[in-house]
Amino acid sequence: MRRIALSAFILVLAITFFSRLLYLQVLDDEVSYGFLDDIAIDSKYHYPERGYVYDRNGKLMVSNAPAYDIMVIPRNVTKVDTLELCKLLDITREEFDNRMNKAIRYSPKLPSVIVQQLSKKEYAGIQEKMRKFPGFYVQKRMLRDYQTTSGANVLGYISEVNDWETKNKKGYQQGELIGRSGVEKVYEDDLRGKKGVNFIQKDIYNRVIGPYKNGRYDTLPVQGRDLTITIDETLESYGEQLMVNKRGGIVAIDPKSGEILALVSAPYYDPDLLVGRKRSKNYTKLYNDSIAKPLFDRGLLAEYPPGSPFKLINGLIALEEGVIDQNTKVTCYHGYHYGRNRFMACHCPSGTVNNLKNGITRSCNAYFANAYRKTIEKYPTAAEGMQVWSDHVKSFGLGDYLHNDLATGRKGKIPDSATYNRMYGKHRWFATNSISNSIGQGEILTTPIQLANVAAIIANRGHYYTPHIIKEINNQPITDENFTKPKYTSIAAEHYDAIIEGMFEVYNSNIGTARGARIAGINIGGKTGTAENFTVIDGKRYQLKDHSIFIAFAPIEDPQIAVAVFVENGYWGSTYAAPIASLMIEKYIHGEISRTDLEKRMLNSSLEDEYNKYLNPEGLTDKDE
Amino acid sequence: MSSTVVKKIDWLSILIYVLLVLFGWVNIYSASVPLDEIEQFNIDSVYGKQLIFIGLSLVIILFVLAIEAKFYERFASVIYIVAMISLAGLFILGKNVNGARAWYGIGSFTIQPSEFAKIATSLAFAKYLSDIQTNIKHWQDQLKALIIIGIPAFLILLQPDPGSTLVYSIFIYVMYREGLPGIYILLALSLAIIFIVTIKFGSVITLVTIALLLTAYYFIFRKSRDRKVKILPLVLFFLMSTTISLGTPLIYKNVFKQHHRDRFRLWLRLEQNPIKLQQLKRDIGYNTYQSETAIGSGGVSGKGFLEGTRTRGNYVPEQHTDYIFSVVGEEWGLFGTTAVVVLFSILILRIIYLAERQKLQFSRIYGYSVAGIITIHFMVNIGMVIGLLPTIGIPLPFFSYGGSGLWGFTILLFIFLKLDANRVNEWM
Repeated sequence: MRRIALSAFILVLAITFFSRLLYLQVLDDEVSYGFLDDIAIDSKYHYPERGYVYDRNGKLMVSNAPAYDIMVIPRNVTKVDTLELCKLLDITREEFDNRMNKAIRYSPKLPSVIVQQLSKKEYAGIQEKMRKFPGFYVQKRMLRDYQTTSGANVLGYISEVNDWETKNKKGYQQGELIGRSGVEKVYEDDLRGKKGVNFIQKDIYNRVIGPYKNGRYDTLPVQGRDLTITIDETLESYGEQLMVNKRGGIVAIDPKSGEILALVSAPYYDPDLLVGRKRSKNYTKLYNDSIAKPLFDRGLLAEYPPGSPFKLINGLIALEEGVIDQNTKVTCYHGYHYGRNRFMACHCPSGTVNNLKNGITRSCNAYFANAYRKTIEKYPTAAEGMQVWSDHVKSFGLGDYLHNDLATGRKGKIPDSATYNRMYGKHRWFATNSISNSIGQGEILTTPIQLANVAAIIANRGHYYTPHIIKEINNQPITDENFTKPKYTSIAAEHYDAIIEGMFEVYNSNIGTARGARIAGINIGGKTGTAENFTVIDGKRYQLKDHSIFIAFAPIEDPQIAVAVFVENGYWGSTYAAPIASLMIEKYIHGEISRTDLEKRMLNSSLEDEYNKYLNPEGLTDKDE
Repeated sequence: MSSTVVKKIDWLSILIYVLLVLFGWVNIYSASVPLDEIEQFNIDSVYGKQLIFIGLSLVIILFVLAIEAKFYERFASVIYIVAMISLAGLFILGKNVNGARAWYGIGSFTIQPSEFAKIATSLAFAKYLSDIQTNIKHWQDQLKALIIIGIPAFLILLQPDPGSTLVYSIFIYVMYREGLPGIYILLALSLAIIFIVTIKFGSVITLVTIALLLTAYYFIFRKSRDRKVKILPLVLFFLMSTTISLGTPLIYKNVFKQHHRDRFRLWLRLEQNPIKLQQLKRDIGYNTYQSETAIGSGGVSGKGFLEGTRTRGNYVPEQHTDYIFSVVGEEWGLFGTTAVVVLFSILILRIIYLAERQKLQFSRIYGYSVAGIITIHFMVNIGMVIGLLPTIGIPLPFFSYGGSGLWGFTILLFIFLKLDANRVNEWM
């Protein structure tokens, strides 16, 4: 015992020490071994400038401008004339104390923002005097600077990353900016570039000793890439002007490439509203407008029954299936009768005999109900016929996302046999149950961009390029095959001309629904439509004025633009949608407007009275009456 | 120096000594060289001076080994008296550094007599205990031995240098090895344990626990044949415990200063409020917190020589002296720290082994003193650096920066190695 006591003690001591060391150096998670978490190493980041955005003609839309944050390191603040500083920064003493306390709570050693994003002008007045306030300093940062007032929905906006993103998104830290919508969101990685970093060793007094491992892990910033988008800024802003005091959307596509020329959502807002200090205030304002919904991108998100323009597709399917040809005639008795006491009214005078072309020009319900029914009934069962019809429709890119590079979108809805099996039960429905599909009502929903794409398909006689927004990245044209390779519909190219002839007459014939919107020198093909709608206010359904819809493309011989216009509560397609579409076409092709009267009428007309009815439901008609 | 010394000397101890000194210097270099001075060599710097100290140690070693072994025994008393005078002289001529009068200053050079007093005390202590007339079982002799230990301990405590004072407690163990009744050790240990347990858990819990343990002891061993358990000693022990336990709060509150109490509060985790505990850790336990973090950040294999970010940034205070082990932890990782712990353990075990094979009682007692002194330093220093023991300033032998310390331990060890190398000669 006496001899071994010390030896035994040494062994116990050695084992105790080893256990403690094992815990400290291996098992304990509180101390990290990575140099990124080491408080002795400071990471100094260098942020590259965010890429610029240009329109298709090279006009600069978005650039950057410096803004200045007033920062504070609470520990370094000594003997500051607080009142003078408050006056200089233009904040109240109370507010200043609040922010200082918040900064101290966050960390006495690390910088916090005291005043955010001063403009260059505001900064100029402060700059000189900053050295009088130890512990405070100015940090420059870059903000978006919009060179245009239009296209806010297309361009999107950026804002600081939130707590969730700093934790879960790789490479984002507190205070960094991220694209929130539009092009800023989709092309975030390109625009952002890569921040550079210098790792610096610091001693216990926070003094710099030198670069960590001689800068072995340092990186240089990589400049953000500039984007050229497919939008024509002039056309975009013209579309927004035409839509003033109206709600709705305009989508214009170049049929030859699928490039989106304009994507208007009305009401629109100035993109500059969502920059810098004023962003959160303005955003809340826009977000809370639940009636006009300025943040709702109607061109991409508004799902409605397309109405009459859908007749074009039904005509094409009937031709492809061989159940009609362009000479097939149908007599219209002021509408279409089917089943017992079922009737779909039409504007044709009773006894009119329409061929395909006139059917389109007059938008005859009877004609397309007939064609649709023949298509479905060509097959032994309605289910098979419906499936064939549905597949044809879907080949137009309808009923599904476009899988493009826009930040948002909707699928729309195209029914198939399964839809009706669910509604009526297997073998318990016939062509007549879904006859509303023939005129674009019923179970069909589409978005304006999908309709614009349909116009592009017809213009191209049977194929389309996925509508997209990106044209060039750093002046390199895009190579994504999804955007550069055509997609073909299941309708043979030869059937399109018959339909286009009818669309031509819509503008040019005396019986055409858009005859008032002709343009000298440009042959337009178009199709009007209306979509019924109602609203529910306090549990009561009210009938509202129809939405006005129009699709068109021009020139017919060599299509350069395909347009879909959608005006909420715009009544007949010919009242607002068709003239607006024609003005967009003229503006794009001729660059100027010859029909100044029409233009003036569109620019000055307002549907605000109609929209205000939402606020006073007494003025509305009861839907159920 | 005769060739017998070269043949007989314990080369394993010397090897470990060399490894510890060199590895110690490598870490002192890392702890003290500024980043931009790595390419040059500055002799005026901490690492430069330590290299001189190491060089001079070589001379001292040769000197120590050259002297006749009998000299140390014969002149033990003289050496002891000189050492005590030099300790006492500090109060008149000493230089006050960091609040302690522990150094003599000769120009820019300072020397710390307490590092040498350990050697003198060990020699005198060994000489007294090995004296044919001394009987360790007699209380008069025990008292005399205690006085030999007590004088330097008391003088050093007055400096004040509580860490170095603590070292002298190891002589009690050496006495135990030489025949001191175990009851002394038991009582000493009990006193310390009861004191600490009372601070942590209070008198009531402590005394109830002791009572239960004593009762259990009585009933278990009551019927054993070879020794009969008497009730009286148990009662006396309990009475003593009661006195200590009840006296503890008085001492704790009145004798201890606030900073002592804070250390206990931190070490025994007496502070319930987590915010205040955090504050204690930052203020009182600041050094420990920094050294623990530095060691922890080393991981398994360490950050590499001169790559320790906390060492580079001087995050750990006193890093080249008392906290030198944290450099090992950060730059050499668990491999390095384990190696150092193993080297020290082997060295101490080796010294105990050598002490046990001594034929002369003087050599054996001296050997045990050496092993014991190194053990206390090793335990208290590393225990403090890795956060197991409260902060007590005491260097790591052979490792920490400082001429007096290095030379003190070198002489201490090599006198024993000389005695050991001489062991056969005693037959002649």
